[in-house]
Amino acid sequence: MAKPKKKSGREIFALGAEAVVEGALLAGCSFYAGYPITPSSEIMEGMASRLPGTSDGVFVQMEDEIASMGAVIGASLAGRKAMTATSGPGFSLMQEFIGYGCMIEAPLVIVNVMRGGPSTGLPTSPAQADVQQARWGTHGDHSVIVLSASDVQECLAMTVTAFNFAERYRTPVILLLDEITAHTREKITVPTPDSFEILYRLQPSMPPEWYKPFEETVRGVPPMPPLGAGYRYHVTGLTHDPLGFPTQRPDEIVALLERQFRKIDQFFFDIQLADEIETADAEIVVVAYGSVARSAQLAVAQAREKGVKAGLLKLKTLFPFPRTKLERLAPHCKILVVPEMNMGQMSREVKRVNTGQFAVRTINRVDGQIITPAEILKVLRRR
Amino acid sequence: MKKQPQIQLDRFEICLSGLGGQGVQTLGKILGQALALGHSYYVTQTQSYGPEARGGASRSDLVISSHPISYPKTDKIDLLVALSQEACNRYFGLLKPGGALMVNTSLVKQIPTNRFLGLPFTDLAQDRLGLPQAMNTIVLGAITFLLPFAKRTVIKKSLEETLPAKIRPVNVKALNLGHREAEKRFTDLPTQWGGEESGD
Repeated sequence: MAKPKKKSGREIFALGAEAVVEGALLAGCSFYAGYPITPSSEIMEGMASRLPGTSDGVFVQMEDEIASMGAVIGASLAGRKAMTATSGPGFSLMQEFIGYGCMIEAPLVIVNVMRGGPSTGLPTSPAQADVQQARWGTHGDHSVIVLSASDVQECLAMTVTAFNFAERYRTPVILLLDEITAHTREKITVPTPDSFEILYRLQPSMPPEWYKPFEETVRGVPPMPPLGAGYRYHVTGLTHDPLGFPTQRPDEIVALLERQFRKIDQFFFDIQLADEIETADAEIVVVAYGSVARSAQLAVAQAREKGVKAGLLKLKTLFPFPRTKLERLAPHCKILVVPEMNMGQMSREVKRVNTGQFAVRTINRVDGQIITPAEILKVLRRR
Repeated sequence: MKKQPQIQLDRFEICLSGLGGQGVQTLGKILGQALALGHSYYVTQTQSYGPEARGGASRSDLVISSHPISYPKTDKIDLLVALSQEACNRYFGLLKPGGALMVNTSLVKQIPTNRFLGLPFTDLAQDRLGLPQAMNTIVLGAITFLLPFAKRTVIKKSLEETLPAKIRPVNVKALNLGHREAEKRFTDLPTQWGGEESGD
């Protein structure tokens, strides 16, 4: 995870959305294509005003979200760090191209600021109902990284992390925010550019005639030169061989798909991020993400004051689901509480990895309001 | 901004509410920025509004504390600013006992309590400045007078940094007008703010 190496930089009072813009620019993003939609528009506005001022930044307003994703993939192939931001309805439109991005292994970042759904739903109200869509929205077996942030400073850090993961693993990374996180203003420190570790995609070290764009490597991530750099490159959404051309051979099909999973699976320790707050001796642990994690933090503090041994596991990586973080709680924790602004999407994952160690309690709210600390505290105190 | 000494606060909650288009969000941003950057408080400012560009309910919540803030929304409000009748009706119930209510008496005609601080903000903007859009800055001036932990110079700096040069002079005038009017009319000021009882 990207951590500031030293504490310096300028202080600003900024929206979560503005912090995403700062993070993207720090990470070296030089291309943004998008279509505005509440509550993500502030990200687009920020990129529109900031990107053209950078040395090679390009900002394009596209005709819709489908085209936006297409442009982002194109920019990524051309060697740029590219991103887009949207909300539920736009995210649905992007799904086909997200699958294409996974198949051709294009590093890119998609920010989805979740609002109430389904369909047009509640444009200005928060929700967390796109969690399973972020993982499984596009068709076919694919691996993808889904991250989340709960406060404004974290919006900045997780955006940098999203770009780093995209570049390191050659994959689309989805950053899921919610309306509250994106529309909360807080004082944050924008670190200096050299205070983060910034990663770039692997470049080929072989001469062009030896280069195979989808070749097996130790990490499972083939090097990726920009189009036009002299390396022959073919990309297709069809299942392809190491040269990038369509194949029907079973051995090549399975090699491709297994590599695409393995490149992420074998680095779970690097990718699966979560913050543990007072979990060391906790008997009851809240598993939360996004703005709800902030309610949970207050609820846990209040529960501790009342003598309940409560803790909080704040998920920053949603997928691949940080299973080991939960398993480590098992010796002392008997109950997990999963509050979320949907009908129960992350609690499905928690229940999936639970092999009987925990009782799982859910708190679900779908009325466009945040889950309050009092609601969580009530469940923490019910023994 | 230059750092100012601060009074210790533990989750002081302000709810600014009114109609979409009255400048509630801008007001929240300027106030929050002044307290966060100028006075070095931990501040969260959240917003809530309907899909309409104008009209409909608009609300901006600020939590101000000397300690890091976990829950960013307001829970028990210390200061409720209601700029429309609808906002006053809807949020009065969230005011904590001993909290202060400030209303725009131009638009709020039925006030649910007789302990309130009232100024005709809309009329002041129209009659004294000839500019109804400056209403929110007059409110900001009155809030500045009310809050013991907000300095007028700091608020003014934040205001000037946020607004484009073209409208700065009239807004500084509006800020001073709000402060002056509040000084004149707010006699029954809260002496004990309820900021201490809630824990974070």
